[in-house]
Amino acid sequence: MEITVTINESDHAGDVEPRTLLVDHIRRTVGLTGTHIGCDTTSCGACTVLMDGRPVKSCTVLAAQADGAEVTTVEGLKTADGLHPIQSAFTDDHGLQCGFCTPGMMLVGASLIAENPDPSDDEVRWAISGNLCRCTGYMNIVKAIRTAAARTAAAASESNGS
Amino acid sequence: MSAPTTPAEIGGIGHSVQRKEDARLIEGQGNFLDDIELPNTLHMAILRSPLAHARINGIDSSAASALEGVVAVVTGELMDQHGLAWMPTLSGDTQAVLATDKVRYQGQEVAAVIATDPYIATDALELIEVDYEDLPPVTTPQQSLGEGAALIRDEKEGQTDNLAYTWETGDRGATEAAFAQADRVVTLETHYPRSHPAPLETCGILADVNSVTGQATIYMTSQAPHAHRTLFAMVAGLPEQNIRIVSPDIGGGFGNKVPIYPGYVVATAASLLIGQPVKWVESRTENLISTGFARDYYMKGELAVTDEGRILGLRVNMLSDQGAFYSDAQPSQFKAGLFHVVTGSYDFGAAHIDCKGAFTNKAPGGVAYRCSFRITEASYLIERLVQNAAYEVGIDPAEMRLRNFIQPEQFPYETATGFVYDSGDYPTALRTALDEAGYEDLRREQAEARAEGRLIGIGIAHFTEAVGAGPSRTYDIAGLKMIDSAELRVHPTGKAILKLGVKTQGQGHETTFAQIVAEELGIPATDVKVEHGDTDHTPYGLGTYASRSTPVGGAATAVVSRKLADKAKKIAAHLLEAADEDIELDSGVFSVVGSPDRSVTIQDVALAAYTNLPEGMEYGLEDVTYYDPPNLTYPYGSYIVVVEVDPDTGVWEVQRMVALDDCGVRINPMIVEGQICGGLTEGFAMSAMQWITFDDDGNCIGANFMDYLVPTAWETPRFELLATEVPSPHHPIGAKGVGESATVGSPAAFVNAVIDAVAHLGVRNIDMPVLPDRVWAAIDAAS
Amino acid sequence: MFPSRFDLIVAETISDAVQAKADAGEGGRFLAGGQSLIPMMKMRVAFPEKLIDINRISGMDAIERSNGHLHVGALVRHADVAASDAAFGAIVAAAPWVADPLVRNRGTMCGSVAHCDPEGDWNSVLLATGADVVARGPGGERPIPIGEFVDGAFTSSLAEDELVVGLRIPVPAGRSGGAYLKLERKIGDYATVAVASHLELDDSGAIAAAGLAMTSVNPINTKVVDAEALMVGQQPSAELFAEAAELAAAAAEPRDDVRGTAAWKRQVVRTYTKRGLAAAAQQAEGS
Ligand SMILES: Cc1cc2nc3c(=O)[nH]c(=O)nc-3n(C[C@H](O)[C@H](O)[C@H](O)COP(=O)(O)OP(=O)(O)OC[C@H]3O[C@@H](n4cnc5c(N)ncnc54)[C@H](O)[C@@H]3O)c2cc1C
Ligand code: FES
Ligand code: FES
Repeated sequence: MEITVTINESDHAGDVEPRTLLVDHIRRTVGLTGTHIGCDTTSCGACTVLMDGRPVKSCTVLAAQADGAEVTTVEGLKTADGLHPIQSAFTDDHGLQCGFCTPGMMLVGASLIAENPDPSDDEVRWAISGNLCRCTGYMNIVKAIRTAAARTAAAASESNGS
Repeated sequence: MSAPTTPAEIGGIGHSVQRKEDARLIEGQGNFLDDIELPNTLHMAILRSPLAHARINGIDSSAASALEGVVAVVTGELMDQHGLAWMPTLSGDTQAVLATDKVRYQGQEVAAVIATDPYIATDALELIEVDYEDLPPVTTPQQSLGEGAALIRDEKEGQTDNLAYTWETGDRGATEAAFAQADRVVTLETHYPRSHPAPLETCGILADVNSVTGQATIYMTSQAPHAHRTLFAMVAGLPEQNIRIVSPDIGGGFGNKVPIYPGYVVATAASLLIGQPVKWVESRTENLISTGFARDYYMKGELAVTDEGRILGLRVNMLSDQGAFYSDAQPSQFKAGLFHVVTGSYDFGAAHIDCKGAFTNKAPGGVAYRCSFRITEASYLIERLVQNAAYEVGIDPAEMRLRNFIQPEQFPYETATGFVYDSGDYPTALRTALDEAGYEDLRREQAEARAEGRLIGIGIAHFTEAVGAGPSRTYDIAGLKMIDSAELRVHPTGKAILKLGVKTQGQGHETTFAQIVAEELGIPATDVKVEHGDTDHTPYGLGTYASRSTPVGGAATAVVSRKLADKAKKIAAHLLEAADEDIELDSGVFSVVGSPDRSVTIQDVALAAYTNLPEGMEYGLEDVTYYDPPNLTYPYGSYIVVVEVDPDTGVWEVQRMVALDDCGVRINPMIVEGQICGGLTEGFAMSAMQWITFDDDGNCIGANFMDYLVPTAWETPRFELLATEVPSPHHPIGAKGVGESATVGSPAAFVNAVIDAVAHLGVRNIDMPVLPDRVWAAIDAAS
Repeated sequence: MFPSRFDLIVAETISDAVQAKADAGEGGRFLAGGQSLIPMMKMRVAFPEKLIDINRISGMDAIERSNGHLHVGALVRHADVAASDAAFGAIVAAAPWVADPLVRNRGTMCGSVAHCDPEGDWNSVLLATGADVVARGPGGERPIPIGEFVDGAFTSSLAEDELVVGLRIPVPAGRSGGAYLKLERKIGDYATVAVASHLELDDSGAIAAAGLAMTSVNPINTKVVDAEALMVGQQPSAELFAEAAELAAAAAEPRDDVRGTAAWKRQVVRTYTKRGLAAAAQQAEGS
């Protein structure tokens, strides 16, 4: 069936089988391989994308269900202004090791910050509890998300103040 | 911690330099196996046995072959025609590639479909009909070695029972004598359950064999690309110069990506036969049910102790569940890996270890999951035993350890099983951790809580690891000596490229190894590009596992840098018109002793290496080193865990986790701490929830992430990290390796903490994982 | 892991959806959040021939109170329930513990109810609060009391051609409180044991209405009717709740499995019933 998905602000029209999973559509048809696959049971969150602003597991959404939706993948985090604060915070705080969970973690982190400018340690841990990481033990992921939140808030108050 | 000797711009040892690998990974530009697409790639899916033990009477793949989009169906029969139905394992056994005679575990590879699309390949699997004849499954090693068990390896010549191996080490006589002297013997029987490394990225291969040129380019998730190239050459009979293994970005390994799996062999054979690239990426279920399990040791440990709490001797009987094939990835002289490090951190004269391994109808593997070959099991056993001994003797578990530690002045220390520990200061480590935890206060709180009916437990583990395999006189895998290498080339503009035999899976080699060069030569770490994983472009090495990258590959990097420094000094002397021996090098500046203003930089020297040389010197500034370590390194640490147990349900929660690690010199403290946090989490996971078990029919329970429980950020404790730094005396930069310490050391700390909460009731053992029902049952039985 | 082939029908209206389901017969299945169905299709334990996607039907995504009821539309996601001010008591308590944050962004409360997984959380909450499932078929709409709706493990009394369009949960008029205590092994795990409690108090502080239901300890989510009856008319007390807990434990017939022994699960039922009722009472007293 014909679908059009807006991925990272550009429209991707194409013909998909109804059974095509969104993650496969993004990776194999559209060719954005930053979205990963880590499980068969909707457990790991390596496939996380933002769909109409909300983080979802793209291995458990049909591509056809995303027809007309706005999807953001890790490749869409960076803007003309440069890296998203979550990206630089992940580097600064060593929030990634192998990097396989990282796109999902960053997208969840970015959406959390958008809703909650000052999340506590527990709030961050709760928000990322649908995403597994096997390398980091989460400590630095939590730290990085909180750093990104603090920097975002500081930047916002600076631009308000000026 | 010792302060860095180089300035931050250079970023040598001791600087928390930001990771170079991050730039691509945070933008989704990593290049993982499944991200690689070649023109005309075909996709493979594997049909696996639903049964644990059954004879195969026939396979009908005609309907599958007829499905549109299916290019080929490969069975054992076809593989057999090419002599590839079986392959050697890393432990000298053979393993079925595709089953021909019978299936020996649930999940075993039976056939493979090659199709134009992975969805179609999966559809075709459902169309293959296999005629199985049930055989009785053998699901425990005890059953396996008992009377009347079905023979699992009936194809193996001379094999009349299910015994996989026997191994013993230590001194039986001396140990008997020590036990005869003991006031008491403390016994612990416990099971270290089957676990799985489960890196977030599963295993996979993209085999591209050109049938005209014979060139085989094999992209695979490999922790040991060079060893894999050689093994591929040996197994498949391909000429080694035509095999190029490319291990791209790897989404975690933890030992899972060390062995060669049947899927790799089938995909490569299929690519050769069909003449197109063939890709196979495991599903998570395949990963968990068929590749690389770890642990599964039944252990009985006995400790001979005096009434003063002195340990005199240790006796261990061990039975391992090997699954259907003996395929432990470990040095070939060591049937139970380095399990004999089980004497731990303690000074006593006698130990004896008796090991047996049994075949069962379960997946093979026996990989070193974030562990230097069975050290996790060993460390767990001794730390549990020592804690129990303290209860029996009636002294504090911390004091028990302090009374028996190997003392700092005893290093190098030869253990009762023959390891020579390089360095350490155990009492300082434990005392520092106890102070940080506020141990005395914790004990007081524990007593107060108990009076209120609350259960608080404080668990200690002080582990010693043996990593960095290993010296060539003792360590080889499949005959290949466990050396490793580094090749360093400094370009005329002073920028360098470092090529390694080891391979990162997230540990940050591209950063850490550049820092070693920065330390030695003063070239800024950012100017050193690190290449690894492509066998055509890197020197030989056995790869990254068992925490061996820093001890072996890191040493090679330091040594090759020093070779270059020697040559560079000669060039500097020439440029400065001074004598060679008057030149000193500090943070990239070569100066004349006594007149520091007469100096040139490493960048000047690099240019001169290609433009302006002393008489008779060869051009260039590059070299290669193959490092054969003189000994293993012995990192250690002291971990303290505080838990509260809900007496009504057995549910326990970690309140605190204090972890002190001494891994010698820390090259990049930030990365080291990251490794430790990851390792502690694995240790927690195994203690609390993460295991693979089987029902009586041999069905795997733990076959996906709904059943194989990997903790999320919510369950994972917060860690308080501490460090001491006793360098390794024999390592060129004093580093010991750290990737696995925390996984090795922490399970005993978590379990000891729960036991400690209920020890006053008389509880001495709860097997891992310490599930709440087990805790509750233990309390119930005790009270 | 990929689903087998199917036809996808994207329904724009409720009647389209109902009609499509009627036309599809046995091979047809509604697709809501897909957080149970798609994983089952990927595992190939479900292979519908026709999937009828209801996500584009407008007007089913509200969660709101009216006429003494909380109405939850078929497209209200678990996350919407968790974020809603209209929800109360055991519903508020349960919402954060269903699945994980990402699954909650897609999965629907009604889909979960319709799925009738005995390890699912919502049906216990609905049993405790006395809710109705609102079904729409070709012949119109009918409310089905939750006790009649749940027919067995993974089976409901919904007709082939009926769609769940919403839930109707009575909002207590007086003081009330609720709890949902769930023992799960980790986030994203189904309950090993969970207990939903719901208490309404009269002016004297006595229990005017009581709801108690359990997850994962029987072949279906189970309402502990005798414990509810025991509590009505009594003053809340630790002794009363302990007695109720014994009745709950007796009504639970859990199995030994990898999550734990039956004896232990019964003990958890006992403990969580006591604690849950105490929490519900405390909330009611404070309301
Ligand atoms: C990792 C993970 C963990 C989970 N953990 C939990 C948990 O802890 N507790 C829990 O309760 N659930 C859990 N779930 C399941 C989750 O809550 C699902 O969202 C829910 O069970 C189904 O809702 P859905 O909207 O996704 O339904 P779908 O998956 O779309 O459908 C499920 C079934 O219900 C039918 N159906 C759906 N909507 C309707 C309707 N309106 N009318 C008639 N039939 C309908 C479908 O045809 C299908 O048969 C988990 C799921 C995942 C993936
Ligand atoms: S791949 Fe989607 S949740 Fe694991
Ligand atoms: S960084 Fe490797 S899985 Fe998270």
